Amino acid sequence: MDALLKIENLHIEIDGKEILHGVNLSINTGEVHALMGRNGSGKSTLSNTLMGHPAYKVSKGQITFNGTTINNLKSNERAKLGLFLGFQYPLSIPGVTVASFLRQANKALKGDAVSPKEFRKLLYEKMDDLEIDHAFATRYINDGFSGGEKKRMEILQMAMLEPKFVILDEPDSGLDIDSLKLVADSINKFKTRNPQLGILLVTHYQRILDYVKPNKVHVFVDGNIVESGGPELALELEKKGYDWLVQREEVRK
Amino acid sequence: MATELNNDYKYGFHDSEENYTFKSGRGLTREIVLSISKMKNEPQWMTDFRLKSLEIFYKKPMPKWGNTKLLNEIDFENIFYYVKSTEKQEKSWEDVPKEIKNTFDRLGIPEAERKFLAGVSAQYESEVIYHSLREDLKKLGVIFLDMDSGLREHPEIVKKYFATIIPSEDNKFAALNSAVWSGGSFIYVPPHTNVEIPLQAYFRINTENMGQFERTLIIADEGSSVHYIEGCTAPTYSSDSLHSAVVELIALKGAKIRYTTIQNWSKNVYNLVTKRAVAHENAVVEWLDGNMGSKLTMKYPSIYLVGEHAHGEVVSVALASGSDQHQDAGAKIIHAAPNTTSVITSKSISRNGGRASYRGLLKVHKGATNVKSTIKCDALMLDERSRSDTYPTMEIDEKGVQIEHEATVSKIEDEKLFYLMSRGISEEQAKLMIVNGFMEVFVKELPMEYAVELNRLIELEMEGSIG
Repeated sequence: MDALLKIENLHIEIDGKEILHGVNLSINTGEVHALMGRNGSGKSTLSNTLMGHPAYKVSKGQITFNGTTINNLKSNERAKLGLFLGFQYPLSIPGVTVASFLRQANKALKGDAVSPKEFRKLLYEKMDDLEIDHAFATRYINDGFSGGEKKRMEILQMAMLEPKFVILDEPDSGLDIDSLKLVADSINKFKTRNPQLGILLVTHYQRILDYVKPNKVHVFVDGNIVESGGPELALELEKKGYDWLVQREEVRK
Repeated sequence: MATELNNDYKYGFHDSEENYTFKSGRGLTREIVLSISKMKNEPQWMTDFRLKSLEIFYKKPMPKWGNTKLLNEIDFENIFYYVKSTEKQEKSWEDVPKEIKNTFDRLGIPEAERKFLAGVSAQYESEVIYHSLREDLKKLGVIFLDMDSGLREHPEIVKKYFATIIPSEDNKFAALNSAVWSGGSFIYVPPHTNVEIPLQAYFRINTENMGQFERTLIIADEGSSVHYIEGCTAPTYSSDSLHSAVVELIALKGAKIRYTTIQNWSKNVYNLVTKRAVAHENAVVEWLDGNMGSKLTMKYPSIYLVGEHAHGEVVSVALASGSDQHQDAGAKIIHAAPNTTSVITSKSISRNGGRASYRGLLKVHKGATNVKSTIKCDALMLDERSRSDTYPTMEIDEKGVQIEHEATVSKIEDEKLFYLMSRGISEEQAKLMIVNGFMEVFVKELPMEYAVELNRLIELEMEGSIG
């Protein structure tokens, strides 16, 4: 089977400094991969790079999505191919309402197919799934939202825009157990409806993986994947922490 | 669009002389002022007022602040101070520059309105709406006239309030306006009367209204309310290089006045306007002031809160676009009574080398206890060549006042663009979303048709701003 997302020998620089050192990762249609690691290990760099953040330069290697090399595509072009990034720190855009933003994004991705009325109905449905009050539709994007509200809003956007592949950058950080469960349920619901969906789930903690079951788990240390395995790897990390992998890498160098 | 507006003369957009019934000579003399007053058959007190104002104008120096370089380039000797046009069309639609026509087109401005805005038609042809509106207002006892007719038909009200808020001595341009004023609106709302629909100059628009030296006086009597809208989002084409209006608002006890302006003069125009309001006990005055056009605008809508529990609010937005444009806008609030409150919100966008300044005054007089005021100034700069400055002044002569002041200068951050673009939105559209969002505080207060037009105008201005 051809990989949905294929990353080959990816080297990334920011301001001339190399952050990722030759990452290889292949995710098939329908698979869920977890990417774990400490803060500063390069997980977010990979997430942002995949979505086309202009500050991250590919100095070597290749990213292929659905058969297309996307190294040089702008982020909106990547979105049109079906990529989606759930941000670790979603930004606020004062003066732009959630509904108008999603409607414009929806139009950019899918054209004028949905009438305003249908769109609203759909939006409310998805909001109900996430227990987001309908009033949020007319609030400004992430403006004054709590941490948990922002995270749920990212999942709402995913559910509305219906991507083929999602990178979720710490969708669990800062959430209490109830919110975590809501977010996980919504991810699962979306996944069930779209079995072809590929997911790269970036997280520190094993906890969310109890709900969103990964096919594979990868561990990032110092800008590269140092260990890959099945779901049991996450449990092992939960028990042993990351130190043994970090030390092993130091020895290797 | 900017460059076309700048070079309007190359389109040969002139009026032909014979179309005017009266035209004063260039420059400003006592004789000209006298003849203006005589032409209008004014009462002696107004003639005297004009002449006295002229003396003040001669004596007053130019403001020593603001954009003094541009101010000193004004040649007062080279201006026609009074032009009364005939009612006939003076210009041909064919003469209107293509770019202006295109802008009208894209803004969706109705045909009749376009012709008026381009100076082709002397009268905005909305007679039907106008008449029914007039009937409704008449029943309520509301007076809505041009200022010249106001003086003729209601001399007692005009005499009581005219120039009481902005005396000729206030500044050189107020003195100039006082000497040569013509046109503008006169509104009187009787006690406890609410004018439900916004009064728009559109409805009684004629060439007089759009004059260089218009004079507007609005009196809201006790417990009444009125919303007045002047200007329009479409570029207002003017061959006059100096526009110097005076606007006075009087909100009596418990009255509410909202005054909305969208100014989009062509880029050859100096827009030097004095706007001031007085709010009596429990009264509310709101200035919504949007500045899109002109070469140099200097305008600081003011509110004197003279009665207890009066509230004043100014929302001032400016778009400075291109190195030939300076928007020097802001607000002044004077708390002269206890328990008064005020809010100033200033939003400016500068791009393409444009300069936007906020200039504000907050004054609290001694004895004005328990005053609350919030001032928020946000500037958005779209490129490195543009400029934004803030000149806030506070004079607080009373203790225990509660003042919040916040100022921000921002750029369109790459992170925000990335966020929006990651959802499929193009870079151009993402920038526009951020800019429109920035202006939302102003736009959301506008009647729907204005809001739509303004958003489209911003879109037009922003076009091609992606490097």
